[in-house]
Amino acid sequence: MDRAEVDSRIRTIIEPFNKKSVAIADNTSFAGDLEFDSLTVMDFVAAIEDEFDIIISMNQQAEIETYGQLVDAVTGMQGE
Amino acid sequence: MSETMTAERDLFAKFDDIIQIRENLLASGVEDPFSLVMEKVLSPTRAICNGRDTILLGTYNYMGMTFDPDVIAAGKDALDRFGSGTTGSRVLNGTYQGHREVEDALREFYAMDHAMVFSTGYQSNLGIISTIAGKGDYIVLDIDSHASIWDGCAMGKAEVVPFKHNDIEAMEKRLKRIPEGAGILVVLEGVYSMLGDVAPLKEMIAVAKKYGAMVLVDEAHSMGFIGEHGRGVAEDQGVLDQVDFVIGTFSKSVGTVGGFCVSNHPKFEIMRLVCRPYVFTASLPPSVVATAATSIRKLMHAGNKRAHLWENSRRLHAGLTDLGFSLGTSEPQSAIVAVIMPDLEKGAAMWEALLHEGLYVNLARPPATPANMTLLRCSLCAEHSSEEVETILGMFERAGKAVGII
Repeated sequence: MDRAEVDSRIRTIIEPFNKKSVAIADNTSFAGDLEFDSLTVMDFVAAIEDEFDIIISMNQQAEIETYGQLVDAVTGMQGE
Repeated sequence: MSETMTAERDLFAKFDDIIQIRENLLASGVEDPFSLVMEKVLSPTRAICNGRDTILLGTYNYMGMTFDPDVIAAGKDALDRFGSGTTGSRVLNGTYQGHREVEDALREFYAMDHAMVFSTGYQSNLGIISTIAGKGDYIVLDIDSHASIWDGCAMGKAEVVPFKHNDIEAMEKRLKRIPEGAGILVVLEGVYSMLGDVAPLKEMIAVAKKYGAMVLVDEAHSMGFIGEHGRGVAEDQGVLDQVDFVIGTFSKSVGTVGGFCVSNHPKFEIMRLVCRPYVFTASLPPSVVATAATSIRKLMHAGNKRAHLWENSRRLHAGLTDLGFSLGTSEPQSAIVAVIMPDLEKGAAMWEALLHEGLYVNLARPPATPANMTLLRCSLCAEHSSEEVETILGMFERAGKAVGII
């Protein structure tokens, strides 16, 4: 699966979590722009994990601050 | 060094939000819920709090052992014979006869091969989790786990994978995706202390074992009370023999302070040399381990007290439900009954109204609580009489109406 497809799938998943309909770009941050709290992060990460059948551990989540970083990380996991 | 001084950046700036929340709360005139002082403790269930005679419904003194005459006598005797403290680590000069005896009592209590006593319950989780799950291993844990479990995860190097509270399917999905060959520790609690709900350990442990995981269960809030012998939720659900590590504490049913891990793992004793929160701290004072050992041995034969505590929990749960309060569980599952408050302001007002009635409960608020809830947590004691529970319900009714919650 290439980056564009991962991007489009994550865009669909993020919709219900994007309560304020923030325009999403690679530099959109989860904490600052999307205002995700810890509970939202848990549900959102679980939805991504289920979609791609992967694990994004808390250690990996700590490195992911923006939408683009998430797409990169998930794309990378697909190649493994 | 440059000529101009850079202005000092205040490291406390990060606490400004919480300082503001606290100031707003106190500005409403409410008595500070987080600086209560007990000037005198009359019994396991009564104290003079901020000058008032108060029924205690917010301690973890589930079995009422703090004033047990045998327990107190054992502590006084140890003070006389062994002094006030050990001034040393368990692995150097800090293991006295009493430390051995309390570990013997724990092995008997749980019918397990090994017992290791830490200076606090917090350090038990911190030490065991951070030491046994290392780099490349995975820790799979419930999202509502206690702070000591999270801190144990943070201190170690393992990959940390949380799942939705008590969700067996969510747990299995994560276990299924862990790379072949990786070591796995599943961390669960018997009773979750915020809502007082119990974990489906039987089902969860079966799933964990299917994926080759080792299982650690924190039974802090169930020891002494739940299960035929008071060994906890795993005993009650018939799966204690499949638990690799039980974590517990002396600061709840046992009635003093300290923590422990019991296990049947054949190599368990090596923990005494490699577990840093065990090695690099002073051991418990002789009086503390003596009171703990005496209390644990009495808890082995406390079936009647357990039965009365269940009666208290059922009556309080039913009474509060009938009054119209919203509770954390739909039926009583433990000695904790959590009353859900609409928000922090109402919660603090209700807490204060109860205190003025002469009742102490715990006010719990985010981030300690799940789903950003404000809770009034009631924890019952085997020494609360049936009449006291009725008195408590009367206090809740008056306070709830005064504050406008019911």
